[in-house]
Amino acid sequence: MTVTAIRPDAPVPDQALGHFSAGFDAQAPAAFAELERLRQRGRAAFEAVGLPTRRIEAWKYTDVRAIARADFVLADQQGGHASPRGAELALALDAYRMVFVDGVFDAERSALSGLPAGAEVAPLSRYLSRGELPTGLASMVDERASAFTALNLAFTGEGAVIEVGRGVELDRPIYLLFVSTAAERAVMSHPRVILRLGDNARATVLEHFVGESGAANLTNLVGEAFLAPGARLDHYKLNEASEREFHIANFKIDQARDSHFSSHSLNLGGALTRNDLDAELNGEGARTDFWGLFFAQGRQHVDNHTVVNHNVARTYSNENYKGILDDRARGVFNGRVYIKRDAQQVRGYQNNANLLLSDRAEIDTKPELEIYADDVLCSHGATTGQLDENAVFALRARGIDQHTARALLTLAFAGEILESTQLPEIAHRVERRVAGMLPDRFNLEGLVELGE
Amino acid sequence: MLEIKDLHAKVEDKAILKGVDLTIAPGEVHAIMGPNGAGKSTLSAVIAGKEGYEVTGGSITFEGRDLLEMEVEERAQAGVLMGFQYPVEIPGVKNVYLLRAALNAKRKAQGLDEIPAPEFMRLIKDKLAFMKMDGAFLQRAVNEGFSGGEKKRNEILQMLVLEPKLALLDEIDSGLDIDAMKVVAEGVNSLRTADRSILIVTHYQRLLDYIVPDHVHVLIDGRIARSGDKGLALELESRGYDWILEGEHA
Repeated sequence: MTVTAIRPDAPVPDQALGHFSAGFDAQAPAAFAELERLRQRGRAAFEAVGLPTRRIEAWKYTDVRAIARADFVLADQQGGHASPRGAELALALDAYRMVFVDGVFDAERSALSGLPAGAEVAPLSRYLSRGELPTGLASMVDERASAFTALNLAFTGEGAVIEVGRGVELDRPIYLLFVSTAAERAVMSHPRVILRLGDNARATVLEHFVGESGAANLTNLVGEAFLAPGARLDHYKLNEASEREFHIANFKIDQARDSHFSSHSLNLGGALTRNDLDAELNGEGARTDFWGLFFAQGRQHVDNHTVVNHNVARTYSNENYKGILDDRARGVFNGRVYIKRDAQQVRGYQNNANLLLSDRAEIDTKPELEIYADDVLCSHGATTGQLDENAVFALRARGIDQHTARALLTLAFAGEILESTQLPEIAHRVERRVAGMLPDRFNLEGLVELGE
Repeated sequence: MLEIKDLHAKVEDKAILKGVDLTIAPGEVHAIMGPNGAGKSTLSAVIAGKEGYEVTGGSITFEGRDLLEMEVEERAQAGVLMGFQYPVEIPGVKNVYLLRAALNAKRKAQGLDEIPAPEFMRLIKDKLAFMKMDGAFLQRAVNEGFSGGEKKRNEILQMLVLEPKLALLDEIDSGLDIDAMKVVAEGVNSLRTADRSILIVTHYQRLLDYIVPDHVHVLIDGRIARSGDKGLALELESRGYDWILEGEHA
């Protein structure tokens, strides 16, 4: 038997680079040398690794060939969008708001006035136009870790930079709205979100992805969050992209002593979605909570990869992801909890439950627990099942039709995640989407309101 | 109101009902008694439309409609409601959701608009008070973590809100202590009107001390072996079922 080792420096075949190399050349030149070096670093990393294939363990269930085949262009930085229809999907949220249309900052639709002293929120492009790289940019997420993080770096240009100084508590959430339009040519955007919270600072940040019907763009986000001792960040992601959108996100959190990070990853839209969420618990007393909900139908594909690294003793994590899959949709959950050598008195819990509404829907779930300490409390589990037919009958026996009965039970399955959200606007949106997106649309709004 | 003619049904190839005849007129309360395995629960399951029961012969007519041709939810909307012996726990579905969805489904079937929220809340609060149930109950998931008594009260509460034309009560007294049974019986009695019929399936006579039936039927081996008035229930209490069996075979 002959074993052929793959050399890391072996040339990557062209198809694995897709059309992105042409995109690099088409990109407007960087305004300053430091930015150019950063982009070149990303480009070199991308050309070295190429787009992942399913032979790579982390991409075993997710095929990105459709992304390689598509010919994405960068949105025109000058072109304004009069009124993207997707913007109507914005949540009516009392918040500081930044709007990005196809990755381009839309100052007119944004509203950042009234921020308290000690808090700064600005588009990345503002830093870059001053010839400045914001602190933290590309310092945590390794561009060599994934072709998509490399691509994001190579196209560094826009995003959100949020700094909340020591002891500052934001009175309203920060709402980042990403609108994808159905342009003649599919566009790509590579937003970078940088969040820096000082000692005991507190903020709530929502990333909301919406799109015009038919938008088949690529949104490839990288997020880096730095939590100083005692800081608290509540992070929400609500993905309602169009049914043809490609969505990739890599989000990483560096947590110092006694910091608390809470994540809600709520995925309803997109043709292909891949979320990587990675918390590094680097200080004692740090705590992270991951809540996730994914609801896919048709031929939607949604892949959630999470990592919690307990790097020091007395760190805590709790993870609960729920998937609802209908039609021929496919879901992936891969959750890794890692407890470093001698990181004692750690508590780490993880759970993934999935509901299959169709015989042809599929879920691949893989909880992983790696423990190198002896005094820890950890558990993990995964379950997959169908709706309880006895419960369906019990509801029908009260006169509730079959579809409403199934919607109620599906909503009930998701309920635990929605009840944990602190922003009711988000929970309501998801409730309505989950109930309204089920077969033969019906309306549970009256019921939802009454339960409040 | 309800007319059952020569009803035959089987469960997993085993014949359970072997020719049941039963007619219930509006406003009447009927009780079906019988030993274990006689087919009491099968009869109520077939009327409610539960899956897993195959009707092999006969008919059930409700207000002139062929009940066996109706979907489970259509039967309920038409006014046939079953109170379960073992109410199902439905985690995550709040009682208030269930009650409102059910009531609106019935109204829709009648061509009425949805009930306005304030009116609905007033209705629910009245019925809760009558059943001696706490308001916090509305926000709890259906039957989840309920005691046996709470589950049965919940079944009756649903009846009070949904106001069926025919209420089927399957072993509604099982697992209840005497106080809980009195509350449940009071709820059932409050359902009694000149045009509403009630069919009680029970193993024990004691429930019939509190809900007094107009007619009592004894179901034995898939057929109604004897019918009478409330006196028959008392006779069964003192003599058991054997004397009827003997009469059958004589």
